[in-house]
Amino acid sequence: MQTIGQQLINGLSLGSIYALLALGYTMVYGIIKLINFAHGDIYMLGAFWGYFVINKLHFNFLFAMLSAMLFCALVGVIIEYFAYRPLRKSPRITALITAIGVSFLLENGMTYFFTANTRNFPQAIQTVTYHLGGIQISNIQLLILGTACLLMLLLELIIKRTKMGKAMRAVSVDPEAAQLVGININHTISFTFALGSAMAGAAGVLIGLYYNSIDPLMGMTPGIKAFVAAVIGGIGSVPGASLGGFLIGLLETAVQAVGLSAYKDAVVYFVLIVILLVLPAGIFGKKTKEKV
Amino acid sequence: MLNVKDLVVNYGAIQAVKKVSFNIQQGEIVTLIGANGAGKSTILHTISGIMRPVSGEVTYLDHPIQKTAAPKIVQAGISQVPEGRHIFPGLSVQENLQMGAFLRKDRAHLSQAYEDVYQYFPVLKQRLNQDAATLSGGEQQMLAMGRALMARPKLMLLDEPSMGLAPLFINEIFEIIQAINQAGTTVLLIEQNAKKALSIADRGYVLAAGEVKLHGTGQELLTNSAVQKAYLGG
Ligand SMILES: Nc1ncnc2c1ncn2[C@@H]1O[C@H](COP(=O)(O)OP(=O)(O)O)[C@@H](O)[C@H]1O
Ligand SMILES: [Mg+2]
Repeated sequence: MQTIGQQLINGLSLGSIYALLALGYTMVYGIIKLINFAHGDIYMLGAFWGYFVINKLHFNFLFAMLSAMLFCALVGVIIEYFAYRPLRKSPRITALITAIGVSFLLENGMTYFFTANTRNFPQAIQTVTYHLGGIQISNIQLLILGTACLLMLLLELIIKRTKMGKAMRAVSVDPEAAQLVGININHTISFTFALGSAMAGAAGVLIGLYYNSIDPLMGMTPGIKAFVAAVIGGIGSVPGASLGGFLIGLLETAVQAVGLSAYKDAVVYFVLIVILLVLPAGIFGKKTKEKV
Repeated sequence: MLNVKDLVVNYGAIQAVKKVSFNIQQGEIVTLIGANGAGKSTILHTISGIMRPVSGEVTYLDHPIQKTAAPKIVQAGISQVPEGRHIFPGLSVQENLQMGAFLRKDRAHLSQAYEDVYQYFPVLKQRLNQDAATLSGGEQQMLAMGRALMARPKLMLLDEPSMGLAPLFINEIFEIIQAINQAGTTVLLIEQNAKKALSIADRGYVLAAGEVKLHGTGQELLTNSAVQKAYLGG
């Protein structure tokens, strides 16, 4: 019972990171039907930004995270503008290959300028471990969970309540009709990249704090897992991405807990295959029907 | 108010609109009628700025707009109700209306716009929080028109508003189009239901294979034997 509780805490902490990342995949896919393979690398950039501003500029954790979100939002907007926008009317495969190229560019660019070395992420917050009925929970885990939930709530409010959020949904479902009511598609897409990338930036700083180590390739595996999370949740669905992220986090922790660490990634893909066989559109995926 | 001159529009190698010219005076209802594939929707998309002409001119209130971006055209006062309605599924009725007023910043205008829309379409007011996708076809048409009205357009472009609707709804929609026109909005109406369209229009243009074949007042075209044969079922 205690181990289950313990694994639940660990799984939710990890899962909230995947959830934050999965949101970016799902929003970008929702609006331009592109799997942004460079998304995991934006998370890496967020972690490096956090590393530098905490070490060099002595930012506290909160400012490090907020500035990483801003920085990543800007990077996301720039990537969309230069790499994806010119391909908006090209076949989807062209944009997809470009996304993989952007990913390589970011990974190799960072390796070139900052070496491939793994660095220790500064302990901006002293770790305190609480013991609750035999379960250990650290203040870092609470911070990750709390921040992730807060950001997801904020995102949900932006998407559901604000005019830009509604415009995002309008462009996602019908870009032509959105233009006909005067919505600027380019602005809306930039806004979407900014939001998704900011989430990834926050996740990068949080993971740095949690695992203590960062390197230029750190975005690859979590990026793919978050993408799997978005697909499991139903790509394009925001609640689906959150749920998928938590599911993958819990699953991975559970697999490790029963001593199958070596297979944790394989299990994630296995579950992906099973879910897609049963629910081809994912858990919250929509099966749209035209109405006459 | 709107002057279209020698408009040519292509889809790749296909020439969909071939040197079409027509004009609309302030306060009129003008209709473009023609068979499926005649190029009617393409003309509307070009006016709205989501397609670019190969050549020709579109002049609105004495300004050329054929190179103007779609949001600017809405801002200038031209709103389109697209063929097939294209409401935003997943957004509520109210959110759909709000998107119609996307470019409007002035609150006083906005509340007046909502009032106008509810007056024309009382049914929408009862469905404000419902997902627009759950509306019936006729209600979706009303929502699409309401959404366009939210921008308080000077010129409203309607692309086959009666398509796929029950006769009862068709009559209601045509009455509302007349009411909107009487309240001061100029209307460009595209229809396959030529008889109904011509009966409410001041003037009409008959389009076939991307060209204007005939034009005249609504009454003239209604009684024209060629039009009767081709579009009014004898
Ligand atoms: N997206 C498209 N790609 C290629 N051809 C198109 C496209 N849309 C319309 N067309 C062609 O352009 C012509 C005019 O179409 P359209 O303007 O939709 O006619 P209408 O609205 O009068 O039915 C038709 O021959 C049609 O096949
Ligand atoms: Mg058409």
